[in-house]
Amino acid sequence: MNDSLHRLFFLEESAGYNRHILNYIQNAAAHGLYEIRGLGAKRRLPHFDDLVFLGASLSRYPLEGYREKCVTKTTLGTRYASKPIELEMPITIAGMSFGSLSANVKEALGRAATQVGTSTTTGDGGMTPEERRSSKTLIYQCLPSRYGFNPDDVRRADAIEIVIGQGAKPGGGGMLLGQKVNPRVAAMRTLPEGVDQRSACRHPDWTGPDDLTIKIQELRELTDWQKPIYVKIGASRPFNDVKLAVHAGADVVVVDGMQGGTAATQSVFIEHVGIPTLAAVRQAVDALEDMNMKGKVQLIVSGGIRTGADVAKALAIGADAVSIGQAILMSLGCNSDTYIQNGAHHSAVDDYHALGTAPGYCHHCHTGKCPVGVTTQDEQLEKRLEPDVGARRVKNYLQTLNMELTTIARACGKQNVHHLEREDLVALTIEAAAMARVPLAGTNWIPGYTTAIHL
Amino acid sequence: MDDLTFDLNQTPLRQVNQFLHDNLQQYAGQPVRIFHPNGAHNIAVGVNAPIEIDIFGHTGYYTAGMNQLANITIHGNAGPGVAENMMSGRVHVKGFASVSAGASAHGGLLIIDGDASLRCGISLKGADIVVGGNVGSFSAFMAQAGRMVICGNTGDALGDSLYEAVIYVRGTIKSLGADAQVEPMADQDYEAVNELLTKADFTFDPNEFQRIASAKQLYHWNADANQEY
Ligand code: SF4
Repeated sequence: MNDSLHRLFFLEESAGYNRHILNYIQNAAAHGLYEIRGLGAKRRLPHFDDLVFLGASLSRYPLEGYREKCVTKTTLGTRYASKPIELEMPITIAGMSFGSLSANVKEALGRAATQVGTSTTTGDGGMTPEERRSSKTLIYQCLPSRYGFNPDDVRRADAIEIVIGQGAKPGGGGMLLGQKVNPRVAAMRTLPEGVDQRSACRHPDWTGPDDLTIKIQELRELTDWQKPIYVKIGASRPFNDVKLAVHAGADVVVVDGMQGGTAATQSVFIEHVGIPTLAAVRQAVDALEDMNMKGKVQLIVSGGIRTGADVAKALAIGADAVSIGQAILMSLGCNSDTYIQNGAHHSAVDDYHALGTAPGYCHHCHTGKCPVGVTTQDEQLEKRLEPDVGARRVKNYLQTLNMELTTIARACGKQNVHHLEREDLVALTIEAAAMARVPLAGTNWIPGYTTAIHL
Repeated sequence: MDDLTFDLNQTPLRQVNQFLHDNLQQYAGQPVRIFHPNGAHNIAVGVNAPIEIDIFGHTGYYTAGMNQLANITIHGNAGPGVAENMMSGRVHVKGFASVSAGASAHGGLLIIDGDASLRCGISLKGADIVVGGNVGSFSAFMAQAGRMVICGNTGDALGDSLYEAVIYVRGTIKSLGADAQVEPMADQDYEAVNELLTKADFTFDPNEFQRIASAKQLYHWNADANQEY
């Protein structure tokens, strides 16, 4: 090895100041700006992947995959509402705004949800007629920004979700950059076209959990106590927050972990605020159990749910359903190198490059220039995601998740996916064992707990 | 039901609101009177009919919340969030209003004869608000559209992060919020103030008002704004 090669071979970057952090510091120094971006946390966090199921063998009896059916029906909002939500699967589509997403995408989501018998959810921009028409079960979000909040739409919805915060940014507001505020979005949000939309981080007309109690009653009065009221919190202190939401009268609590996505927020929020979904689920379930409200108030978990295994694990820890946003976008083609238009595949690689990124690395939703037509209001780009194609892909994806979920449930001997339980799980890492409070695989050790568990 | 008078000492609020949702079209033109509110929350929430409703006494949170078309008068003081998210119609508070009056209201007219507390007109989305007295701090925070006429004084940070909403103030402004500025009154401003004062039945001289609107420095991402985001 010659001298210069030898030197190169032994070059070592600083762990504390690696190229990533150097790049960050030098960008901040050059521009005086923090990074705003879309999608969720990029770094590795303890996740459902760190758990595995104990399939049945001798001590448990599995169900036959091809003959014995496994129930996936899910009912949400049984506490006070006269018309609870009935779903065919415990997998729902999370709130994503028209404005962030194109109208085609919103329509595709509604159609797919209807076809598989689940719900979809509005977002910050309010309800579009296309979305209402295409969705059998539509959850209407009441967000801090209240851009498009309209009592007629509330009455047309099937449930109301009061959004306190998002997993990607608990405690933070949002920023829809002006390039996405086209005439229709501007009209729906009462804004001039092309102006940045800064959104509030808390509701304008209430300040705490006692006020939330009355807010929930207001929405119940508006809808004559028919519609379930969900309360969505970004996971940071889920044990306390879930308790307060239940105390305030929520029918359903939605807990969104830090792997949850967003259309646009400060990168520092996405990576450094909130707790991972895995940790949040267990704390949320603890809160319900502590109040003896498990089963009376339903729990929906979101934030980085990607596979049927993730769904099964969330259910086993104690969720009643999951909600998916980011992975739904991926099923639509987010980060794919091609898009389908008029039945043919076209490469989007050059468009990714023009944004300074590449398929698989993109987080540029905030730019409004989505190369595959998912998060855009640009007329030409929007056409890259036809509602028919999008609906089929989302339907396929949701069906796959549901099949994977039932496959795991049957292997664990359950004829109903809601019978999955914590006993069915062990952890592969000490962190996951501590967070989910299940034993480390091959041991009866739950970090932080001294009592021996006998499996 | 012929008698459109309710006594909240006798009739549960749920029953009154259900009546207001179900039956009003056929009673349009007949006044509904609600007695003994005793600070109850959510009175006359979600009304959607062109009807007169009079509430005699002080009310709790969200009176006339999300009102559409109705003309609702509170003969007393109103609690937090009166007429929040109103879409149309008119809500008149004869006394004082607590915090967040007219929050995120999209349309219609809110009149408050007395003072309004903190955050009046916060996140306003297009309604008009006329306050006979003073307003508290952070009023019109992030107000996007609509007009506010304040006949008295204001607290701190008036109009912080305003978009297209316009505020007219007769008294003293304790401080303006980020991106808000005092601007000269134009003819249409005098007309707007006059129109709203007339609707609210106030006799102040429009010449005594000053206009506050957005300086539009935060309309597009501005790295030098630092804490103002
Ligand atoms: S491909 Fe589109 S949806 Fe996916 S991250 Fe990039 S801009 Fe966002």
